[in-house]
Amino acid sequence: MEGARDNGIPGIEAECGGACACSTCHVYVDPAWVDKLPAREGMEEDMLEFAYEPDPVRSRLTCQVKASESLDGLIVQMPEQQI
Amino acid sequence: MTDIVIIGAGQAGASLAIKLRALGHDGKLTLIGEESSPPYQRPPLSKGYLLGEMELDRLYLRPLSFWEDQSVTLHLGEQVTSIDRTARTVRVGGKTIPYHQLALTMGSQPRRLPESIGGGLPGVYTVRTLADVESIKPEFRLGRRMLIVGGGYIGLEAAAVGAKLGLKVTLIEMAPRILQRVAAPETSDYFRKVHTDHGVQILENIGLDRLSGDTRVAGAVLSDGSEIDVDFVVVGVGIAPLTLLAEETGLVIENGIHTDEFGRTSDPHIWAAGDCTSFPHRGGRLRLESVGHAIHQAETVAQNILGAMVPYCARPWFWSDQYDVKLQIAGLNTGYDRIVTRKGDSEAISFWYYRGDSLLAVDAMNDARAYMIGKRLIEADKSPDPAIIADLRTDLRTLLKP
Repeated sequence: MEGARDNGIPGIEAECGGACACSTCHVYVDPAWVDKLPAREGMEEDMLEFAYEPDPVRSRLTCQVKASESLDGLIVQMPEQQI
Repeated sequence: MTDIVIIGAGQAGASLAIKLRALGHDGKLTLIGEESSPPYQRPPLSKGYLLGEMELDRLYLRPLSFWEDQSVTLHLGEQVTSIDRTARTVRVGGKTIPYHQLALTMGSQPRRLPESIGGGLPGVYTVRTLADVESIKPEFRLGRRMLIVGGGYIGLEAAAVGAKLGLKVTLIEMAPRILQRVAAPETSDYFRKVHTDHGVQILENIGLDRLSGDTRVAGAVLSDGSEIDVDFVVVGVGIAPLTLLAEETGLVIENGIHTDEFGRTSDPHIWAAGDCTSFPHRGGRLRLESVGHAIHQAETVAQNILGAMVPYCARPWFWSDQYDVKLQIAGLNTGYDRIVTRKGDSEAISFWYYRGDSLLAVDAMNDARAYMIGKRLIEADKSPDPAIIADLRTDLRTLLKP
């Protein structure tokens, strides 16, 4: 999320600034990458369920995905809107 | 080409500038802020940043290079001294900057204790700006005695940080209960217990008579006559909108800078957004102190400055982090006459505010699901039967089905 914000990527709103409080940093993770990310925790899971058109497998809140070397090359897609 | 000047470089000012560029505005864009830092997030100041869990550069809403890349001229650490509405110029740091459209996003400032009761002593702090928090951080050391004046969210968040870092924390609230102004007794009870369990001493119905100390604050006399020794004091007694400049300029003020539904002030070339405004809401007027509001009103104003003329519709929401509790609030509880509690076996609990049969707001503690469903219901103007909310057998998701 912070990477997207710092690079001015439109579509990641992140209203709460990364506190897992708002669900406006929602993305769909490329299927090839889904298993390489650490699993969702309960709070993120519950928030995502009510994000815009969530996907049970691919949706993530990017504020809960910590960037690391092992994620170099990660591909994500944006939802049509953040709510 | 339209030249736009924005006064106030907090969340609303930054969101307004970012949105203007995102919408393709390519005229001159100037963002003026009194603080020396580039626009940053305030919410972590009383949470993760104060706790030392977050680095400074993570607070910035955009890296410094962003503003340059977007051709946004920043005037930081500079104060606007006057606005000339006839000439359409603002005066800042000895310079005169012309505008076609002006936006006021000055935010608000914390209320302070009067100097006559020791409010000006060294060691007495408010928590609003990065500078506030930089000066207060060294005080947060193991074993030190912190007095917090005011049991609102800022005071409670500071208490949580203090308790976590091993300080001896006393919080006084002059009202009969903490959070009285903003929440139901149920929510007050919940947070009183959380803080008490973490060793914070909470004194309600107790005001402050005065602070004492020679070179810096050393003690406090409370309204019941008792005296306590303190090492430092945090004052969290609310904020007031920064309207002075607008007032001097002759704009209409009404518990904040008066705007219409488009975010326009009483001068058609001057707009306003965020904490410092009051705006039409459900037949009345409202002033909101929240990040979500600052962002959305500012983005609406950005659209409207460029001619879209879309009305702003507030969808209030708030959050607070204290210890391991995440509180999320949807809606506004003003006028509630009934609280419905939903509590399961887990740590999740939520309080649902009703007026008659109408759902107004939800306070959800570690219950993201209740928060999200409550928020969607309130935004859709749907009010489920309170008995259904209280019944744990209800799968709340079914309430959102058309």
